[in-house]
Amino acid sequence: MKTQALTALLMASSILGSAGMAFAEDATLTIESWRNDDLAIWQEKLIPAFEAKNPGIKVVFAPSAPTEYNAALNAKLDAGSAGDLITCRPFDASLELYNKGQLADLTSLAGMENFSDVAKSAWTTDDGKATFCVPMASVIHGFIYNKDAFEQLGITPPATEDEFFAMLDKIKEDGTYIPMAMGTKDLWEAATMGYQNIGPNYWHGEEGRNALIKGEQKLTDPQWVEPFATLAKWKDYLGDGFEAQSYPDSQNLFTLGRAAIYPAGSWEISVFNTQAQFKMGAFPPPVKAAGDTCYISDHNDIGIGLNAKSKNAEAAKTFLTWVASPEFATIYANALPGFFSLNSAPVKMEDPLAQEFVSWRDKCKSTIRSTYQILSRGTPNLENETWVKSANVINGTETPEAAAAELQKGLESWYKPAK
Amino acid sequence: MEGTQRRRRRWHIAVFLAPAMLVYTAIMILPLFGTLQLSLFTADGQSRVFAGLDNFRRLFLDPRWSASFWNALGNNFWFFIIHMLVQNPIGIGLAALLSSPKLRFSAFYRTAIFIPTILSFVIVGFTWKLILSPLWGVAPNLLDLVGLKSLFTPWLGKEQYALTTLGLISVWQFVGIPMMLIYAALLSIPDEVIEAAECDGITGMSQFWKIKLPLILPSIGIISVLTFVGNFNAFDLIYSAQGALAGPNYSTDILGTFLYRTFFGFQLQTGDPYMGSTIASMMFFIILAGVCLYLFAIQTRLRRYQF
Amino acid sequence: MSSKATTSLPRTIAAHAILLLYTAIALFPVLVIIVNSFKSRNAIFRTPLSPPTAETFDLIGYRTVLAQGDFLLYFQNSFVVTVASLFFVLLFGAMAAFALAEYRFRGNTLMGLYLALGIMIPIRLGTVAILQLMVASGLVNTLTALILVYTAQGLPLCVFILSEFMKQVSDDLKNAGRIDGLSEYRIFFRLVLPLVRPAMATVAVFTMIPIWNDLWFPLILAPSEPTKTITLGAQLFIGQYVTNWNAVLAALSLAILPVLILYLFFSRQLIRGITSGAVK
Repeated sequence: MKTQALTALLMASSILGSAGMAFAEDATLTIESWRNDDLAIWQEKLIPAFEAKNPGIKVVFAPSAPTEYNAALNAKLDAGSAGDLITCRPFDASLELYNKGQLADLTSLAGMENFSDVAKSAWTTDDGKATFCVPMASVIHGFIYNKDAFEQLGITPPATEDEFFAMLDKIKEDGTYIPMAMGTKDLWEAATMGYQNIGPNYWHGEEGRNALIKGEQKLTDPQWVEPFATLAKWKDYLGDGFEAQSYPDSQNLFTLGRAAIYPAGSWEISVFNTQAQFKMGAFPPPVKAAGDTCYISDHNDIGIGLNAKSKNAEAAKTFLTWVASPEFATIYANALPGFFSLNSAPVKMEDPLAQEFVSWRDKCKSTIRSTYQILSRGTPNLENETWVKSANVINGTETPEAAAAELQKGLESWYKPAK
Repeated sequence: MEGTQRRRRRWHIAVFLAPAMLVYTAIMILPLFGTLQLSLFTADGQSRVFAGLDNFRRLFLDPRWSASFWNALGNNFWFFIIHMLVQNPIGIGLAALLSSPKLRFSAFYRTAIFIPTILSFVIVGFTWKLILSPLWGVAPNLLDLVGLKSLFTPWLGKEQYALTTLGLISVWQFVGIPMMLIYAALLSIPDEVIEAAECDGITGMSQFWKIKLPLILPSIGIISVLTFVGNFNAFDLIYSAQGALAGPNYSTDILGTFLYRTFFGFQLQTGDPYMGSTIASMMFFIILAGVCLYLFAIQTRLRRYQF
Repeated sequence: MSSKATTSLPRTIAAHAILLLYTAIALFPVLVIIVNSFKSRNAIFRTPLSPPTAETFDLIGYRTVLAQGDFLLYFQNSFVVTVASLFFVLLFGAMAAFALAEYRFRGNTLMGLYLALGIMIPIRLGTVAILQLMVASGLVNTLTALILVYTAQGLPLCVFILSEFMKQVSDDLKNAGRIDGLSEYRIFFRLVLPLVRPAMATVAVFTMIPIWNDLWFPLILAPSEPTKTITLGAQLFIGQYVTNWNAVLAALSLAILPVLILYLFFSRQLIRGITSGAVK
């Protein structure tokens, strides 16, 4: 009995096992990605479009959950079992992979000429000599609002910070809507939708960011502490129990029509379009005084690179060249409104909300998130610490000054700016 | 038993031990030691250099590393204490109730109470997040039913409550294990012992305290050490409920999450296998110390009963 | 305390009350998830505690989930991996535990400690080396890789617990067997194994749980579509539909139900094992 059962089990496992190893005759490319939200778009739109033009190359999109992506990818790269194409996080995380020789140099890839230096900056070495990922998209921060609610309450999008808080007071007084949908439970909302969203207006975008990298400014300077002070004021306008409100909670709170404003990244657009049953609008982060130059965070967020150990490097390069083409840019930007193409070729977008976001590029100055380039190379990691501190500040468990001082201390402990 | 016969039979031992030793050594011990030895190295550019005890020095003397380490260790002890004070007594109590011979529906209770234990951390973490979510409102609604709505706070988002809440969720999930182990132990107490006690007029509660409890002490010992090992290796629940940064403000950070963050990296932080292995080695030493304490100080004093 | 009161009425009622209360605590969260998975989106938020009615009943979540993944295959993979690993853990573990509990030989304690090391470090730490091993032997994306890892992972605890129980097996019985001329193998399989059945059942249960529920090794060693386990499948769904609570609740329910059915089916065997094996 026992031996029979054992044999049966072994056979079953080996049959199932070998099914997993089945080889296709064509070159099959596997894409590693954290964008499991996009699975359907890849399967239904992007991959068929590529395969129709390139018979003989099959593409499999194999995403893992965003939280596990980096750890799982690193383990697979170290052991040599990672997919051919690697979706690239911006800046240091991917640079590290390139330095370890795990991402191939793509500087001379056909199609790379379609991208400006700014677009490539997130995936280029510090000396600007080598580019190792094809830029795919950037995301813009701002605020999405419930148009129906605004009409009902008779308010218009604010331009200055005073107007912003006056508006929040008005929504709160009325009581029909929770003024703002944001939680601090997942930490990153507080930092990304909060600090990095409103911050550029204070530190004047690139000017402040570069000064920080050069060591000419410190995180304890007023322009870096003030955004924290403003964030601390948000506390009164968030929903009950926002300390335990997770990111999906916030999204649901807004799309169910219970909150009036959502501090957002443009990537929310596609999700909100399918779930919200009211009209939506968007406004950029309000400036301090009327007439001030406005700054927006227009952050290079996603690229795609080639696993240096790929056995299908030629096929993979064909695919990457296609990703660099205007055709891909058009399909991608329209399938995922809110992910804005980095391609130099102009891309026509249908979605009105996405058009609204992208129109800010003309009137405001663009910058990227302050913590992403160079400053998060050491331990303690500035980006991760900023998550924790932003949440603390909004929760009211730490003052803006104390939070900024801690961040500066942590940064100084390993970062010596090149003079 | 004669020595000569014994010697002739010795190869049985090897046959009994070989399969377990082979699989265990190849798949577990070698990879693990491959990792632990990294704690003695550090990265120099792309190459690996021997660093002696530098990593340990850094972990304990660098103010940031040591603050994180002691925070995680302290939280871990609190997590363990919650299990010892809540999970194990409840488990023993339930097992005692279930093992009373004339209880009806005991199969139903036993089955039902064990159900949370079979669920994955992904499910448990997500389910409790939903239930405690201030937005969905199951917990506030329930408290409202009994007129205690004012007691509701966003527990998972408050520094002072989050870890205890997670500890209790973990207790909810795992109480079935001590229950089952103690239940098995209680059932294996021979009827004669119970009958003899009843003849002496020892019944009910006093029978439990005076007769049964001493007999199941070895099982309680095993449960305690399993709880200790389990809690100091814990990771998944906190990771799935609070994320790798173990918020708010690292108040739910235990050694497992601290290790994960350091070893594999998180978000923009790249993994540091050297410091990660250093933390892993410390966890190993802590657990080793706990288990040795149990083996040498406690287990040897417990009398073992052969039935 | 009255001497006849072992089964007095108030005592029985109190016992039932406590057990019912705890049962309610244990089952409530699971019920909330399953009940709400059958409701429409608005009903989930407005009345989370009421059962689905004719108006709020909605299967949209299940339709979304089932359209996207092959849950039957995921379930089958999980089942094969769990049962095979469990079998090897129990067989190899019991053999080693017997050797350690029964025979006195040089290195016995050392061997015991060596096997116990595995309880103290999470095997997850060896991930990179294990993955390299699997890549080298071509076992990546096979269920065999998972079975090997889980067997190794389950052995230490199994040996630790079983050897404790095997020490309690009466020496007289074994010696009687030896006098009757039984080989050591027969003593192990015929005399000792049946006696430690309750312990085996217990070990089986909590060797099985972490294997069934593991997310990490399926993610690293066998993430391909034909080898995905149900926990990994469910996790990907939760990530993918994180704002679509219909789909999330349906995915959670689909991940809960098979284990639940499996458990309800086996719990009778399990309890029978525990009770019949108990030496009276």
